[in-house]
Amino acid sequence: MNAVTPLIEVEHLTMRFGGLVAIDDVSFSGRPREITAIIGPNGAGKTTVFNCITGFYKPTVGRLTLRGDRDYLLERMLGHEIGQRARVARTFQNIRLFPAMTVLENLLVAQHNKLMLASGYSVFGLLGLPVYRVAEEAAIALARAWLERIGLLADADRPAGELPYGAQRRLEIARAMCTEPRLLCLDEPAAGLNPRESAELNQLLVSIRDRDGIGVLLIEHDMSVVMNISNHVVVLDYGRKIAEGPPAEVQRDPAVIRAYLGTDEEAIGD
Amino acid sequence: MVDPRLLKMLKDAALTALVAAALGIFIVGFRTVDVGSRAGLSFQYEFVDLAVALVIIFFGRLGLQMAAMGLRWPAIALGIVMIAAGASPMQLPSGFLHWFVALGGVLLVIRAVWPWADQAIHAAARTPTGRIVNTIGTQWLGWVLLGIAIVMPFTPFADQKTMDLGVLILTYVMLGWGLNIVVGLAGLLDLGYVAFYAVGAYAYALLSTQHGLGFWAVLPLAGMFSASFGILLGFPVLRLRGDYLAIVTLGFGEIIRLVLLNWVDFTNGPAGIGTIPGPTLFGAVFAETAPEGKQTVSEMLGIPFHGIHRLIFLYYIILLLALITNLFTQRMRRLPVGRAWEALREDETACKALGINPTNTKLTAFAVGAMFAGFAGSFFAAKQRFISPESFTFIESAIILAIVVLGGMGSQIGVVLAAVLLIGLPEWFRELGNYRMLAFGLAMVLIMVFRPRGLIGHREPSIRLHPVGSGGSG
Repeated sequence: MNAVTPLIEVEHLTMRFGGLVAIDDVSFSGRPREITAIIGPNGAGKTTVFNCITGFYKPTVGRLTLRGDRDYLLERMLGHEIGQRARVARTFQNIRLFPAMTVLENLLVAQHNKLMLASGYSVFGLLGLPVYRVAEEAAIALARAWLERIGLLADADRPAGELPYGAQRRLEIARAMCTEPRLLCLDEPAAGLNPRESAELNQLLVSIRDRDGIGVLLIEHDMSVVMNISNHVVVLDYGRKIAEGPPAEVQRDPAVIRAYLGTDEEAIGD
Repeated sequence: MVDPRLLKMLKDAALTALVAAALGIFIVGFRTVDVGSRAGLSFQYEFVDLAVALVIIFFGRLGLQMAAMGLRWPAIALGIVMIAAGASPMQLPSGFLHWFVALGGVLLVIRAVWPWADQAIHAAARTPTGRIVNTIGTQWLGWVLLGIAIVMPFTPFADQKTMDLGVLILTYVMLGWGLNIVVGLAGLLDLGYVAFYAVGAYAYALLSTQHGLGFWAVLPLAGMFSASFGILLGFPVLRLRGDYLAIVTLGFGEIIRLVLLNWVDFTNGPAGIGTIPGPTLFGAVFAETAPEGKQTVSEMLGIPFHGIHRLIFLYYIILLLALITNLFTQRMRRLPVGRAWEALREDETACKALGINPTNTKLTAFAVGAMFAGFAGSFFAAKQRFISPESFTFIESAIILAIVVLGGMGSQIGVVLAAVLLIGLPEWFRELGNYRMLAFGLAMVLIMVFRPRGLIGHREPSIRLHPVGSGGSG
């Protein structure tokens, strides 16, 4: 297991906002073809870790390495470059779709950089050259494949903002996947889902891990999701890493139980 | 017993009239007149005007209240009485008051009939034939308007005045379509759009009067100049969002105007630039007698000279330019850039997460929008043959923005309808003098009341997976 080189390596990550230390010297790594869950009570700094990885924040201290065709030092890259070059895709805690655009358009916007190149920065596209036609058809095919996987094919031409909540969650994941990422960061994808939708989400995430073979970082409060599908769990509390390991092990960790529930040991067991 | 509702309505109408009186006494009631060099200014009292206005406001408000409470017939009756009063040969102090009275009556009747009309329209739209008419209307409206625009110069209405108005409206349609890229698609609130219009106009004016370049040679240059100004401005400011961007662009627009005003050596300052040559047709000029070495169009075509030929030519140039703007925008919307513009309007953070470079994407929108303003600007200079900084004040930016917003952000047809309403209507009422701005305001208020999301609020997807009407979308 340890022989596999990690996909993302977070080393000594520290993020300060003025005097507030949101993350304090956190190190962990995520492997390809694995789901790494980051859990912790509210305000533990989980989303801040994500924001550092995806370039929305510049970390105060620390190194974030993504191993792809070469090593990308994420802390030195601009926000959009992380998506474009290092190929880290993310979803948001509060869904951020393009609500007035249709479902299909949302998935095409995700393939922007690829299509932009194919359209010769719009010149070929304006001239209607076949180069762009072919690329656009391929992009639509990819979008269609994802719509089938998330069961939204019939809704392809509806504005994304009109979809029910659960469908919007799935669409946001599909949109992130359409960027063809190496690493997918999901910020509470199960929030607000009913048990059936939550189970569907589990299946989707497992299929992303196994079929698409990419690494997934997952922030989640829903323990049924975390314990069922994650391979590795990192526990944060007050900006510090308090435990790390396979889910079953972390579940029994006294420090974790204390962080979540005070001293009651039985409630977290089921 | 008096109906308590009536009492309440009367009270409300009286209050409205009182407020109008307080506001109107100084605006309408007094007018200063110049009575010769010695005596200076003196007051002229126009209390009859004021009184008539107050009566109309009182009854108008009363009628509106009735209509709001469902007393439609009394409201309609009141409206008809007002129209009759406006149209009657009764002696009112000014012609405007007749218009005012009649217009108030018309509005009142419209307001009273509106709920019925609304119901009827909705009911009709739900029937199968209504649906077909609706789709044909939305799909073919553009073509119908285009057809009208193309044959317009050959219809009997095409006199000097109508053609002038046509050119003016089309200029604003083009500017509206250009700004639509920036505001409607990319969601960047630009309050200084007229700056790029000015750059285009001065580019043509200077290059033609000082370097002898022709209209067709300068047209692409003017577009390029304006686009580079767009990029130059855009680079530092496009990291700002919303209100901040609006203020900076507003400032930029004013800076350009002030530079044009004060850099006298270069732009001739407030005196402006005159004798700008008009556009030529295959090298032939539109004039009664040709300058040396040139040919007039009437000589070339062997037709007698008529002043309107020039106007018709200008009309078709601006129609062509506007259509190019429209086609270009339609095409761009279906390309990755266009989708990125709209995505940026929807959510910039999400765009960044998807690896889209927001600065570059915004810059392209800004530059493309500016380019079309540049084209329109050089057309304006060629049409007017005289330009000065006064043509490029903030109010122009505001009018263009109003056309885009009231047309329905991002809608191409909406811009046309809004331009016709906001530019055509006030020009139509030009006889009313200064009061014609009332028509402008009225058009704006009516659109805002009845179509709060703009005339055409519906967004047509740039691409469809399923053909229209095959289910899926409701």
